[in-house]
Amino acid sequence: MSTTLAPVEVEQPRGADDVELDRPWIVIVWNDPINLMSYVTLVFQKLFGYTRARATQLMLQVHNEGKAVVSSGTREKAEHDVSRLHAHGLWATMRQD
Amino acid sequence: MPDHRIERTAEGALLHLPPQEQGLIRGLATDLIATLREAPADPSLRRLSPPAYDDEDDERGYREIMGAELASGRVQALELLAATAGNDRLSATEAESWLRALNDLRLVLGTRLDVREESLLDRIDSDDPDAAGLAVYAYLSWLQEQLVEALSLD
Repeated sequence: MSTTLAPVEVEQPRGADDVELDRPWIVIVWNDPINLMSYVTLVFQKLFGYTRARATQLMLQVHNEGKAVVSSGTREKAEHDVSRLHAHGLWATMRQD
Repeated sequence: MPDHRIERTAEGALLHLPPQEQGLIRGLATDLIATLREAPADPSLRRLSPPAYDDEDDERGYREIMGAELASGRVQALELLAATAGNDRLSATEAESWLRALNDLRLVLGTRLDVREESLLDRIDSDDPDAAGLAVYAYLSWLQEQLVEALSLD
């Protein structure tokens, strides 16, 4: 637990709702004990066009840290990406950043 | 018999599966199709449809839009796996279906067997009542690794 003083709350400016809508959605892939590391790397390459090096880096992040953000964008794009990951059996979720 | 069951070709993959392995794959695919159709709420299927959203309403909306398409794509890939298990070669499209279908078989079997990251599949205990299931899971993993290798991208 942090012992530093909490910052004084600042009143939110008007229009915060608009900012809310503009915040990108992120797609997260979670570690699971079944999907093969080589398979996850190949799926990242195929779905997102990542280089093998980039896809491997993301796969290792999922494996070692438990999760990784693999794509982001509008809600529609994130939903599309999540559904393609689900079609390939990866454990993917999405949320607004 | 070549060293590998699955080999890369310019436009897909070559298969070298002995008949008993073809029969095993066909049987597993057919069984999973039956479970998906007849018992879609079976707990062993839960890893096939993880939630996209934390929020329940958002998740319901996602399932309404995507659920049927994901389920039919899954069955189609398994049907193709069963239908082509005896082939000696696969097109790139067929190999793509194999990749997804083999992985779905592993996800469901792995869930049933409660496979963990640290599960040691190279030393299956002969007293383990799940020994046969674990051996099949290890076989599917071995095959999937070869298919991934055959389809790997630079």
